[in-house]
Amino acid sequence: MLTLTHFLTLAALLFSLSVTGIFLNRKNVIILLMCIELMLLAVNMNFVAFSRFLGNMDGQVFVFFILTVAAAEAAIGLAILVVLFRNRQTINVAELDDLKG
Amino acid sequence: MPIYEIVFYLFSLVMLTGAVMVITVRNPVYAALSLVLTFFSAAAIWMLLEAEFLAIVLVVVYVGAVMVLFLFVVMMLDINVAPLKEGFIRYLPAGVLVALLMAAELLVVLWSKGRFEAGAYPIQAPNPEGFSNTKAVGEVLFNNYLLAFEVAGVILLVAIIAAVALTLRQRSGGHRQNPSLQVRVRPDERVRLVKMKPEPRQGS
Repeated sequence: MLTLTHFLTLAALLFSLSVTGIFLNRKNVIILLMCIELMLLAVNMNFVAFSRFLGNMDGQVFVFFILTVAAAEAAIGLAILVVLFRNRQTINVAELDDLKG
Repeated sequence: MPIYEIVFYLFSLVMLTGAVMVITVRNPVYAALSLVLTFFSAAAIWMLLEAEFLAIVLVVVYVGAVMVLFLFVVMMLDINVAPLKEGFIRYLPAGVLVALLMAAELLVVLWSKGRFEAGAYPIQAPNPEGFSNTKAVGEVLFNNYLLAFEVAGVILLVAIIAAVALTLRQRSGGHRQNPSLQVRVRPDERVRLVKMKPEPRQGS
């Protein structure tokens, strides 16, 4: 039978993969945004699994809110990306050093 | 092996494969399409967890809206992909090492004896026939989380305004109306009365 451990393991693997993605694609802002979406998906998977195995609906409501905020984040992030590309003609993170950070 | 577990392992495999493709493919368009695959498989797994409403929301909102937005931006921007992949090999060992360490730590906790197993979290009976997941979510949402729901609406409004304000630009040379000036205009700015002597009709 599938226990809570199965679903949590799946979410943990997904989260680790997205962290790897952030390491590997340090130059490409679009892939970085996609990796953040993947991380949020892993967290949501945990929420849904706990909601199911505790028999409590509150977890699913939290997923609903996370989806809302993630959609807003994606919209604003992509808008910033478009402005960035319009000004610099690149989305390479290595070239975005105006702040001398 | 019951069909439930076969479906779980099948969609888990597809989901993790999709995630690996997202982080490794060269072309951002393929990465976005792989992300669609990942989200779709995740929605199927949420169906297994009897979160039907959220599974459909994930497909409609993520696959339907957010990923199309991603694809739209990726295709609109003319990105030179080659320099974006440099350093991929260089950071590969560090990335894999960190990921393996993180996964190992998480799994040590998750697989520790009796912590998240069926003893601590018993397997729930399937919901009875006629049970509406959407109704259950709605009841919790609108009874206990009404304020949070309205704040979420405000957050979406802020996101709309921010996205428009960020990408809006004034094009030079356009013809625009200024309603304020149009309302404030006075007759003597538009019509000029000229005093002149009466002139005889031509040809008489």
